[in-house]
Parts: sequence; C-alpha cells; structure tokens
Amino acid sequence: ENESMSDSLSDDCVSQEEDVMTPAELISKLEEAWLNEKFSPELLENRSEVVECVMEQLTHMESNLQRVKKGDAKASVHRMEIDRIRFVLSSYLRSRLQKIEKFFPHVLEKEKSRAEGQPSLLSPEEFAFAKEYYANTETYLKAVALKRMPPNLQAVDLLKAVPEPCLDSFVFLQVKERQENIFVEPETDDQREYVVDLEEGSQHLMRYRTIAPLVYSGAVQLI
Amino acid sequence: MFCEKAIELIRELQRNSEGQLPAFNEDGLRQILQEMEALYEQNQADVNKAKSAARSDLIPSIKLRHCCLLRNQRCIMAYLYDRLLRIRALRWEYGSVLPANVRFHMSAEEVQWFSQYKKSLASFMRSLGGGAGLDITQDMKPPKSLYIQVRCLKDHGEFEIDDGTVILLKKNSQHFLPRWKCEQLIRQGVLEHVVS
Repeated sequence: ENESMSDSLSDDCVSQEEDVMTPAELISKLEEAWLNEKFSPELLENRSEVVECVMEQLTHMESNLQRVKKGDAKASVHRMEIDRIRFVLSSYLRSRLQKIEKFFPHVLEKEKSRAEGQPSLLSPEEFAFAKEYYANTETYLKAVALKRMPPNLQAVDLLKAVPEPCLDSFVFLQVKERQENIFVEPETDDQREYVVDLEEGSQHLMRYRTIAPLVYSGAVQLI
Repeated sequence: MFCEKAIELIRELQRNSEGQLPAFNEDGLRQILQEMEALYEQNQADVNKAKSAARSDLIPSIKLRHCCLLRNQRCIMAYLYDRLLRIRALRWEYGSVLPANVRFHMSAEEVQWFSQYKKSLASFMRSLGGGAGLDITQDMKPPKSLYIQVRCLKDHGEFEIDDGTVILLKKNSQHFLPRWKCEQLIRQGVLEHVVS
C-alpha cells in the first residue's frame, strides 16, 4: 500500500535541511509522525516541513489528475491515493490541534520557556492559534464570571486549572533502533527499578515517560 | 448549605451527557455570585473584628467561608469551561453554522467566544502548508471507497462536484457521489448514507 501511495508522487521533495526525500520516504515520515502524535499523551515537536511537502505533493497530484480523461480507471486509483494521504494529513493536524486546545496553558508555557536554538513545539500557525485560544477563553471567563466575583477571587491561574497531559499513561511501541540499559522506574512501592534492553523490531507496552526521549529521537515508533 | 447551588449547576451539565448543551443557567450563576458576595462581606467584617478585637476564635469560620468561596469559584469555572468544550465540539460536528436550537441555548458571551473560535480555526486552516490551506474538519474517517450511495433528506438545491458537474439535491433523490464531498452534508442531515 505504501508503494502504491507513493508511485504517483512524482517530484522529489526538498526539506528544510536541504536533503532530498523521495516521495515514499516523505509518506512514511508523515505516517510515523501521525502515529506518534496519535498515541503520545503530550504534544510532540511540530513537523511543519513534512506537512508542507505533503501538501505540495497533494496539489501536484490534484493538478495531474485534472489532465486525466474522465472515466479513466487510473484516475480513480489516483483519486483514492490522494484521499488517503489527505486523510492521514488531516488526522495528524487534528490530533495536534486537539492537544493544543486540551492543554493550551501548558503548551504555551513550554513554548515560552524553550531555550534558544531548541526546536519549537508549535508551528507558526499553531502558535498563533494557541495564543488566540488562550486570549479568547480568558476574556470569556473574565467577562462572564471572574469580574463579578469578590476582589480577591478575580484571577484564575489557568496553568493550575487546566489538567496537564498524563505522562504516566502506557503506550505500545515498536523499536526501530536497538537500545541498551533503559531505566524503568517502579510502578508500585513493592517493586524495584530495573533496566531493560530493547531489541530492534520488538514491541513493548511501557509508560510513556520512560521512553519519551526515544520517541523524540525516532528510535522507537508508537503503535 | 454553602456551595449547594454550585453543585447543582455542575449536576445539571452532567445530566445532559453526550455533549448536549442545556440552556445557559444565568439565574443559577447569579445566585452563586450573590452567595459569594455575602460570604466575602461576612469574612471582611470578621477579619476586621479579629484584628481589632483580637478575636482569634473567628479564624476557623473565616477559613471555612474562604474555602466555600474557592469552591464556588472552581465550580463556576468548571461549568463555564465544560460548556465551551461542548460548544467547540459542535463546531466540528455541524460546521461553522450552528442549528438554531443549539444557538438558542447559548449565552451572548458564548456566541462571542464561538465566533472567535471559528475565526481562529479558519485562519489556522487557511495558513496551513505555507498558505495553501487545508480544511481539516473534512476527512474525519479513513476513506474506504471513493463513491458512496446517498439519499437526500431535504431540498438543498444545486451542488457542484469536483469535475464541474452540477447535480440537484432534491428531497428523496438518490445519488452516487464522491465520499469526501458528502461528509459534511451527511453530518448536517442533508444527506443520508445508504448502506445496502
């Protein structure tokens, strides 16, 4: 399925780092980002470069399709591929936006405290959205209730009021690069911490917090 | 008892589960705010007494009232915020124009919040992919087939599909249409997916 998806992606896409990605690589990058984002409890780093390349490809494929004769069998296969890729892309952006809305004070706080040179969590358009969402919600709460409350209760710390992502939730993962000596913290008081080796290709069910750095580095894939 | 009205407000939302939006309870909100005002004034008076007349026996009741104030504040915030989340879900369900019966249950400020939310979402979607734009409220389900059989539930007028063909969506007529063009009309109740 992967192969057929990428057959119709014709031009190679140049990412920001100037290395050339083949269409097949691009689509598998999108799928990786999509699954990781879908299954991780917290918002991951943005992959705008992948999003932009995929959108370019979609536009390109659409315009190719316009030139194909009506009723051509090939056309419907291509149409199906476009629909699939667009679904994955939309679903990816949706799960990010849902997390941004759910955790908006924390997401903005993280973005604010980010050290210079560290990659940004949010894409520029997501950042704009998050700021507007924060301002809109704060204005609303103030106008409807807070400003009608006693003077010492007119402010609410949204960072405390809105729940944080639960990093202790469990996730399924598949190992892409072998890892040694992964430190696993005890789950209950009568357990001790231990270390595990993760073999390439093996699958595990682990606490997200334990393997979060490996998701960032791409050594494991959430499934 | 203190905070009872606040709990009632929360219960009211909980009774309307599955994302339903009950009418905005302005009256309930006002009653809680009045209770808060009364608690605050009593506390101010007692604090002054405790300071001037060294009445340390008043401190426990001051603390109790303060806890009730915080609880009332928290319940009101929860009520308002939960309603916003329900309203937000409606945007994804119905598109940018809400049905009249839903709008009727919203307060003026909620309508304002909603229209700002719509604006933010629209400009987010417009700016995707370096300005190319992508409507991510479409394609909610993975595509299984390209075309689906739909029945029209009400007169909707003319409808243009991708290749430029214009079809007339007349009540009770059936069509074989590209799935992704129909998604929103199905959610709005204009079309029905015919599963044979």
